[in-house]
Amino acid sequence: MRRRRILMSIGNHSLAIALAVVFVMPFVFVLLTSFMTRQQALTSRVWPHPWVWTNYQDIFSLIPMLRYGYNTVIYATLSAVGVMLSAIPVAYALSRMRWRGRNAVFILILATLMLPDQVTSVPLYIVFVRLHWIGSLKPLIVPNFFGDAFSIFLLRQFFMTIPEELSDAARVDGAGEFRIMTRVIVPLAKPAIVAIGLFQFLFAWNDFFYPLIYAGNNPKSITLAVGLSQILSNVQVNYSVSWGALMAGSVLFMLPVIIIFFFAQKVFIEGVTLTGVKG
Amino acid sequence: MFTLYPMIASLYFSFTHYDLTGTPQWVGLSNYRFMFTDDPNFWLSLRNTLWMVVIATPIQIVFAIGCALVLIRIKRGGGTYRTIFFLPTMVPAVAATLGFLFILNPGGPTDAVLSFLHIPTPLWFQDPRWAKPGLLLLGMWGIGTVMIIFLASLLDVSRELYDAADVEGASGWQRFRYVTLPMISPVIFFAAVTGVIYGFQYFTEGFVASGGQPSSLGDPQGSLLFYGIWLYQQGFQYFHMGYASAMAWVLFLIIMACTLVLFRTSKRWVFYQGGFQ
Repeated sequence: MRRRRILMSIGNHSLAIALAVVFVMPFVFVLLTSFMTRQQALTSRVWPHPWVWTNYQDIFSLIPMLRYGYNTVIYATLSAVGVMLSAIPVAYALSRMRWRGRNAVFILILATLMLPDQVTSVPLYIVFVRLHWIGSLKPLIVPNFFGDAFSIFLLRQFFMTIPEELSDAARVDGAGEFRIMTRVIVPLAKPAIVAIGLFQFLFAWNDFFYPLIYAGNNPKSITLAVGLSQILSNVQVNYSVSWGALMAGSVLFMLPVIIIFFFAQKVFIEGVTLTGVKG
Repeated sequence: MFTLYPMIASLYFSFTHYDLTGTPQWVGLSNYRFMFTDDPNFWLSLRNTLWMVVIATPIQIVFAIGCALVLIRIKRGGGTYRTIFFLPTMVPAVAATLGFLFILNPGGPTDAVLSFLHIPTPLWFQDPRWAKPGLLLLGMWGIGTVMIIFLASLLDVSRELYDAADVEGASGWQRFRYVTLPMISPVIFFAAVTGVIYGFQYFTEGFVASGGQPSSLGDPQGSLLFYGIWLYQQGFQYFHMGYASAMAWVLFLIIMACTLVLFRTSKRWVFYQGGFQ
């Protein structure tokens, strides 16, 4: 019986290790290739020989990486701020205040979650053309200050779990709704607010569709996702650009996200336990 | 609101011809008529997209369940595996697609591995028959989110149910089929619904995998011309705003219909614990 259990455990672990290798391999290939010479990247040899750093220099001369990186940081940061600022009052009104039509508005917001981006993007594009915003980062950032259905939904669910007695106590002390929101609810909901900000930051960092249609025609406003995809055509068309440089660009592009992931894993876990104690 | 106005405006534009210069011309149903009868790319892109929804999504869900089942049987060190399995999900779609384009490119690492094993190597993103399976692999690599949800629901399945199954002398397969599967069916349902909604809007990976520039969109030979990509070309390259709006509304209705069908059939195969206890 005991031997069987050990054998089972070995079996399970080898299966898990095999899967882990499959999941990790693409990272390894991409990373190794980013250190290869242009000629070697075209062969099927896996280990860089010789190791070169030049790809990481090439990618900066190939495209304005710093400019694209700056645009991406601006888009990700400001849209995250916008989502946090706009979702708090709406979620508060939808969960902590009583008014007619509240449920209807909530259902409407939920329904917009099912709407494909493509439905809204065409009319918005037309609006942005008239405002002369196309080719700038404004169409990417400004709408986030007017609420985002997913964030509102998430925050509302969180606000619902905060006991009503806390608000009542503040009301007895003569606090208005705005004061209750900023002094009572927001401090308690900090983990959830950080979470929606983080989700939006990651979404914007990874986003391809919106930067492509709203900012893609102006080199000054291009983000990393769009910029990197544009090198690809060079690689395939004339081989003047090496896979190595492209992989180096991809590594630099995904690095911040991976770092945030390892860092945020903790934030999320702490957030959950924190609310468990306080709520 | 940035959603409600565009929704109504988009419906209006779908009955017009509008190319951003001048004013929209009311044309009634002609956009829709053209779409269904005269636009071969509409049907081609719909077929390609259906492949992603009907074939790729279920395979990815099964793979996610498989990974979660492996994870749940690891007693010690499970957290490390979980992080590793989840990590690819964090990689931006553009970076992931670029990576897979390289890994699967003829003469690339996959070629090396497959030829070492004496398995014939497909041309992946240069062969119309293998381009979509290439994207399927990319999708399987990034199934982390669904896997984590499956893992959470597997952890919720109570020990007693398995003990009861053991008393009855159930085999491993029977335990899975009659205990595990019903208990995780709500999550399968959730994964199917989000898979449909996401699958019909498939865009970025297809766009990058086909070369990422206007002249090559949909390559090789239209096999990666997805609905979202054809809509993008119509709207934002040719500026056929009316036609793009009509396509967007047809997409919306297709998604609604599929979601509705899933909800209707769910009573038959989704098992909610609350109603049982």
